[in-house]
Amino acid sequence: MPRMGYSFPEEVLEHVFSFIQSDEDRNAISEVCRSWHDIERWSRRRVFVGNCYAISPTMVIRRFPEVRSVKLKGKPHFADFNLVPEGWGGYVAPWISAMASAYPWLEEIRLKRMVITDESLELISKSFKNFKVLVLSSCEGFSTDGLAAIAANCRNLRELDLGESEVEDLSGHWLSRFPDNYTSMVSLNIACLGWEVSFSALERLVGRCPNLRTLRLNRAVPLDKLANLLCRAPQLVELGTGAYSSELRPDVFSNLSGAFSGCKELKSLSGFWDVVPGYLPAVYPICSKLKSLNLSYATIQSPELIKLVSQCQNLQRLWVLDYIEDAGLDALAASCKDLRELRVFPSDPFGQEPNVPLTEQGLVSVSEGCPKLQSVLYFCRQMSNAALMTIARNRPNMTRFRLCIIEPHTPDYLTLQPLDVGFGAIVEHCKDLRRLSLSGLLTDRVFEYIGTHAKKLEMLSVAFAGESDLGLHHILSGCDNLRKLEIRDCPFGDKALLANAAKLETMRSLWMSSCSVSFGACKLLGQKMPGLNVEVIDERGPPDLRPESCPIDKLYVYRTVSGPRFDMPGFVWTMAENPALRLS
Amino acid sequence: MQGVVGGGAGAVSGGGGSSTSDASMSTVSKEDNPVLSSEDSSSCLDESELELGLGLSLGVGVGACKAQQGPRGGQYARILTAKDFPYVGSSTSASVSSSSSSSSSSSSSSLSRANVTAGTKRSADSVAAANGASQVVGWPPIRAYRMNSLVNQAKLPATEVFNSLIVKSRNSNPAVGKGTSNACVNANEKGQLRSSLFVKVNMDGIPIGRKVDLSSHRCYETLAQKLEDMFATSSTIMNSIRSGGEEHDMMVDAITPSKLLDGSSGFVLTYEDKEGDWMLVGDVPWGMFINSVRRLRIMRASEANGLAPRLEESNGGQRNKPI
Repeated sequence: MPRMGYSFPEEVLEHVFSFIQSDEDRNAISEVCRSWHDIERWSRRRVFVGNCYAISPTMVIRRFPEVRSVKLKGKPHFADFNLVPEGWGGYVAPWISAMASAYPWLEEIRLKRMVITDESLELISKSFKNFKVLVLSSCEGFSTDGLAAIAANCRNLRELDLGESEVEDLSGHWLSRFPDNYTSMVSLNIACLGWEVSFSALERLVGRCPNLRTLRLNRAVPLDKLANLLCRAPQLVELGTGAYSSELRPDVFSNLSGAFSGCKELKSLSGFWDVVPGYLPAVYPICSKLKSLNLSYATIQSPELIKLVSQCQNLQRLWVLDYIEDAGLDALAASCKDLRELRVFPSDPFGQEPNVPLTEQGLVSVSEGCPKLQSVLYFCRQMSNAALMTIARNRPNMTRFRLCIIEPHTPDYLTLQPLDVGFGAIVEHCKDLRRLSLSGLLTDRVFEYIGTHAKKLEMLSVAFAGESDLGLHHILSGCDNLRKLEIRDCPFGDKALLANAAKLETMRSLWMSSCSVSFGACKLLGQKMPGLNVEVIDERGPPDLRPESCPIDKLYVYRTVSGPRFDMPGFVWTMAENPALRLS
Repeated sequence: MQGVVGGGAGAVSGGGGSSTSDASMSTVSKEDNPVLSSEDSSSCLDESELELGLGLSLGVGVGACKAQQGPRGGQYARILTAKDFPYVGSSTSASVSSSSSSSSSSSSSSLSRANVTAGTKRSADSVAAANGASQVVGWPPIRAYRMNSLVNQAKLPATEVFNSLIVKSRNSNPAVGKGTSNACVNANEKGQLRSSLFVKVNMDGIPIGRKVDLSSHRCYETLAQKLEDMFATSSTIMNSIRSGGEEHDMMVDAITPSKLLDGSSGFVLTYEDKEGDWMLVGDVPWGMFINSVRRLRIMRASEANGLAPRLEESNGGQRNKPI
């Protein structure tokens, strides 16, 4: 049979591919045949690199020459809790310089947990003529000078989101560097800035950007100036207030209330530092439209919280302090039937005794009353297996479940048993669970449940749990979709790690700190698995000055196609095949 | 337990022979390398061998561990079963005394860390032995950003006036609201340990800064020691501090007179206070230092000449704390 040339012209294929956005799908497309691979790579516009050390910028650029949007992540998640020493790495500079020449049409850069300098910010501002989006989430290493360069040079900037970054505040005048004819801001998040920004510049900026949808102010913006800003931007969809306190004055209140009423599109509220309860009613007019409410910095009592929350019938996301109490969560369960995500943070994380009546009961109530609840982060001081089993049965649609019982090793307070069966119920009933954080008293048994049932689990955080390597072995051998595993203070050692070495190549990364992994095992792992970077982090000094069986302090293992990195500080060693590279 | 070996790689690569040539093998067997020990490695070593440090205990360790591995020596890459992971039991041995063993970056003595050998529950026990969660680094898992905001607010506002006072004072002293990791502004609000107090430390000549947890120190000496240890691992400049013909074994000497504090090293330890002034470390009582320090700098002595020498002389009017 003669070969019929039924192939589509390239342009058609390219057009078809342009509808395919997800990375997974695009990866699948690129494996069909050579020509699809080529067409796909030339048409890929977004790249997400979950670990900036897994691949080099050169390799990314070589494969995808026409990228417009890049997202990179650097430090491991536990860096958020000061477990990763300063100077570990995550430097974005090599990426920025490579992209500056290779991607002149780059529009978006999103970074998480990376170190970015003012020089890099300046390079960004000058290299990409059509630059639109800069998101710096939990980043550090830069100052307001870098922001000034962005403001001054990025004529087409639409989004500037500083997330929860650590910014060196040199001057609040960077905001004035936006030229007078700059009007394209859509989203501005400066909530993390500690010092005042030039308020008049802010006002003028807000006033001249008609497309502004998101405005997250920092704490230094006083409440009596908020009304003014809102009046200039009644089209806002998302607002983060500054400090929400002022002397109670009727004129300030009525201005504020009027301004809020004028914001007909407002769907998300955050900020609320230093709340004066008397001003809360100013937001009542817009409560019924709210989908997202972040009160996690608001130190207000349960009655006020209840009054507020009961009016938010369309709420989908609530972040709040444990001041809400079980009673407040009952009210939430009764009023907010569309709730998808709940996060309850501790108001007094280091107190020995509970300071508010918030227990497992609050979470049980919400799990009963809110049929769409799928994402939970809950800090509390007591938990029971019975409660966990109830939650699991109530909410089989749970996809993210993070429970933090504040005191390590806390057992079921009713039975004094470990919480194994409770968490076991969670993984058994919630078949789509993608993220799980454990706490409380846990034996190896809970890991057996997880390995058996949590087949869709992608990220697992473990602390002060387990009894032996069997625990770790259950996870690594059972969780088919595991991508990120982070462990601290667990009695896991070499056996399970080495027995499951190949598994590590199917995951993004593994973090183990204050466990019982020996230096010898790390060396062996590094030697045998060239596709992994095995990093030993130890501030006590070079691990080879101690016996090989000595446990190391911190281990970070990640798969990579670009070999060991060379920007490590003196307290990080990569275990590699080549002994010369091993100890830098 | 079927198919417990390896991750997605499936069957164990069978047969004997060396594993080194097969890059795709699914298990890395410790039998390949008899130097490695199992969980009972703690019995291979004792504290005295560690103190002698360097190399001596390696040989002993090897010998002892080899003996223990005898019954299974020679076997290679078999399917692991539950038998291979002996149930250690939920022993609550609180024999590990060091309460700082799980707070890695803040422990000041490297020797006490090294002493904690591969006991299976050492970290967990030490936390249990310690005074609850407040002593452990990074626990409860709350971001520094959130921690700062919590600490810098009044917990339960008494009156609205109180709140507006807070706002006013913050506007005049923006350092309090700064988004760095200076968490413990009000140290003893409840008379209990607060979160970590991480401050940045930079040393002249070293591009990469570090962070040190001030709340794990009670005096200038241990802080200076910690800083010397921290920067000694990454620079040759620090060697000048240790010069003068003295032999220093960093691992063994936990307490030595600090050269940073007495200025004999060519470097001085300085700090930036809340008002933005750079002061010499060591002049004021520790508690006062903790409350006002924003960050540290190890400065070349040659550049330190113009520093504000004494608290009383310089900022008497601006300080709102009694001396």
